[in-house]
Amino acid sequence: MWTLIQIELFKIFRRPRTYIAFAAIAALIGVVQLGLKIDGQAYVSFMMRDISSSISVEGKILNGYQVCYIVLQALLVHVPLLISLVAADMISGEANMGTLRIMLTKPISRTQFLLAKFIATVIYTLLLLVWLAIMALFVNMLIFGTDDLFLLKSQYVVLLKKDDVFWRYVCAFGFAALAMTTVAALGFFLSLFAENSIGPIIATMSVIIFFTILSTLSSIPLFNAIKPYLFTTHMIGWKEFFDIKVNDANEAIVGTIQNPGKIVQSSIVLVLHIIGFITAGIFVFRKKDVLS
Amino acid sequence: MRISIIILFVCSCAISYGQDMTALVMKVKAKLDQVNDYEAEGKMKTDVAFIKAPIGKVRVFYKKPNKFRLKKDGGISLLPKGGVSVNMNSIFTTSEFVALAAGEAMVNGVNTKIVKLLPTNENSDIVLTTMYIDEPNLLIRKSVITTKENGTYTIEMNYGKFAQYGLPDKVVFNFNTKDYYLPKGITLEFDDANEKPAEAEKLKNRKGKVEITYSNYVINKGIPDAVFK
Amino acid sequence: MILNVTGLSKQFNHITAVQDLSFSVAEGDVYGFLGQNGAGKSTTIRMLLTLIRPSAGHIEIFGKDLATHRNEILAQIGGVIEKPDVYKYLSAYENLEVFARLSGVKLSRQELMGQLERVGLAHRAKDRVKTFSQGMKQRLGLAIALVHDPKLIILDEPTNGLDPQGIADIRNLILHLSRDLKKTVIVSSHLLGEIEQVATRVLIIDKGRKIVEGHATELFDPAQTIVELETFDNDFAFQQLQNSNWSARLQSRRDSAVLIKLDRAQIPQFHRDLINMNIQVLALRPRHSLEDYFLQVTSGKQHVDTYSN
Repeated sequence: MWTLIQIELFKIFRRPRTYIAFAAIAALIGVVQLGLKIDGQAYVSFMMRDISSSISVEGKILNGYQVCYIVLQALLVHVPLLISLVAADMISGEANMGTLRIMLTKPISRTQFLLAKFIATVIYTLLLLVWLAIMALFVNMLIFGTDDLFLLKSQYVVLLKKDDVFWRYVCAFGFAALAMTTVAALGFFLSLFAENSIGPIIATMSVIIFFTILSTLSSIPLFNAIKPYLFTTHMIGWKEFFDIKVNDANEAIVGTIQNPGKIVQSSIVLVLHIIGFITAGIFVFRKKDVLS
Repeated sequence: MRISIIILFVCSCAISYGQDMTALVMKVKAKLDQVNDYEAEGKMKTDVAFIKAPIGKVRVFYKKPNKFRLKKDGGISLLPKGGVSVNMNSIFTTSEFVALAAGEAMVNGVNTKIVKLLPTNENSDIVLTTMYIDEPNLLIRKSVITTKENGTYTIEMNYGKFAQYGLPDKVVFNFNTKDYYLPKGITLEFDDANEKPAEAEKLKNRKGKVEITYSNYVINKGIPDAVFK
Repeated sequence: MILNVTGLSKQFNHITAVQDLSFSVAEGDVYGFLGQNGAGKSTTIRMLLTLIRPSAGHIEIFGKDLATHRNEILAQIGGVIEKPDVYKYLSAYENLEVFARLSGVKLSRQELMGQLERVGLAHRAKDRVKTFSQGMKQRLGLAIALVHDPKLIILDEPTNGLDPQGIADIRNLILHLSRDLKKTVIVSSHLLGEIEQVATRVLIIDKGRKIVEGHATELFDPAQTIVELETFDNDFAFQQLQNSNWSARLQSRRDSAVLIKLDRAQIPQFHRDLINMNIQVLALRPRHSLEDYFLQVTSGKQHVDTYSN
């Protein structure tokens, strides 16, 4: 099994396509960094325009933690698209190239083959997130320094102490890994059904975009009712790590999370999705006639 | 129109009580005037429904006549607009006011004289200040300030070690907050359909409170103006 | 027998690709698998390699059930299915190494280079396959199929898309595998010419059914000829022949003709007997090569019965 995973990883990282996602993340974050470095104050005042009438905020708002949050908020919507680029190609790409049929005449069970490929996809996803963390968190901590993290939520603002932020990012990246693995599992699952990679890539992206739109259309009761069942709703669960509990005196309690239950719930939903996609994938794949 | 009514009302009170409290107020002012400047360390607790912030260490700087600055060491500070930036001392920057007696009241178990201060200057932001003065100690225990811009707020003060300078150990500002809401589109959140009603109700509370507990004052050691920039 | 197939069938939705196919391959055979495009060759070969699940039937390879001993069996099979596709973004060497490891063998650098040397690709070992010609890819594909030294080699249309030289190379390779390395080879083609020159046994299928299976020497032997008999009433002719002492030589009965295998010397006697049996002969055509045989047989609409030896 380990040999199989090694081979799959070797194949993934020998392909130019693999590096598109890494380059895209570096480029996007680079642009954001440059923009904020040059014109950060303007961004801050733009961000604050709605609350500056009621609260005066003093201090270094635009620090590394803040920039990381801005980047994650913007990027975690797009990273799934980058992941689907590789995940949705895992089986369909091989079918397209004609290598799938050679792979499957080797003395490896299809379940093993599929699991090895999926694990390799997950490793790729995790590496992409590590890269994202390096670029979005560590590089920004270097460029912009660290300070308290001030966040605007739709109904309230949150101020997190400098020392109370880093662990939240560690958790958030962990959660994002889960969310992105779900995306990878979806792309991977869809890639079983096609003999070219474009179809499943577009299908994966479409599903995510479509579900995300449904998730945001909360004002329509029908959509509101189905929202808890959409995995995209749970994918932004990482934000929950940046909400803090308050005591009776409305004073934030350092080191707490407002709604840990929600995170657990979202994690369970995502894990179930992953298991569901992979189990269904194995079921389909074991019965599949390879005609490519 | 409203202001004139209040003035009229206050004047009528003044007439009915007929007692000019200017002397008492001036005595309090004289006590506060011993302090040319101070730097204080304290802990600030912000209790505003829509602000979730931990207790933060703050440094407060004051310099006569009306320079006041609240700083947080390195971090970010959130202050509701209005309330806290107004210092007691600034009320006394001019002597252009009319002070009228309005009875007596107990504040935190201390018997106080109620004094209504009316600025005579038309341009003053403060419309009316009601002070609860602890006459034997010459300390302001509580004041209710009505401003043109920032509404009405209450400041309660507790005294301890620095009572001789008229500086409080603990100040509690009570004020009304404005509504806060950002569209989800801006915050990139999905709606929480299952948000607890109690939580939502709590967020509608428009009473805000900021508590500063001072631990140490450094008085009359001189503070550069740059601090207030 | 190294391979035994019994009652193999495959349905895709409503289309029957392979129906009730039975054949067996002995050790050392070069087993030619003939049929026109769409006859079911590829489906059958894919079933042998577990790419397609049979709808019915039983496949036994190396004396073991393929369904239950899949990995064990596949470890000893090397296959090239249609064009030998490999990872274009990997070099020839990397491709060979990847597939060797997937086949469960770990070869040294020297051994891998030796394998590439054998197919004449050693000098291009480090180049990405993207830059290779079709013939080079074909040779790499063969190197991959043989890298784990399999007992049984299955080649599906190995000459598709090759130039005459490439076709000759494949032919020589098959002969080399069989004669020198004593491998068993199953090779499919829709071109008789290829099979004729290498196969020891031949199976011809059409529309998913077996038409004939036999030793190539017999099928191709000039002394033995398939004779196509066309009469006014083929049913009658078939019946008469079945009841005669020619019955053992009957091959098949089709709408247009009855096929019978005869020694050339027997043809005059056969002719006389036909007249005696009151069979009204329209034509009696001997067929000298499998090519005609193949074309004739596979273009027929149906067959009722099949005899094979």
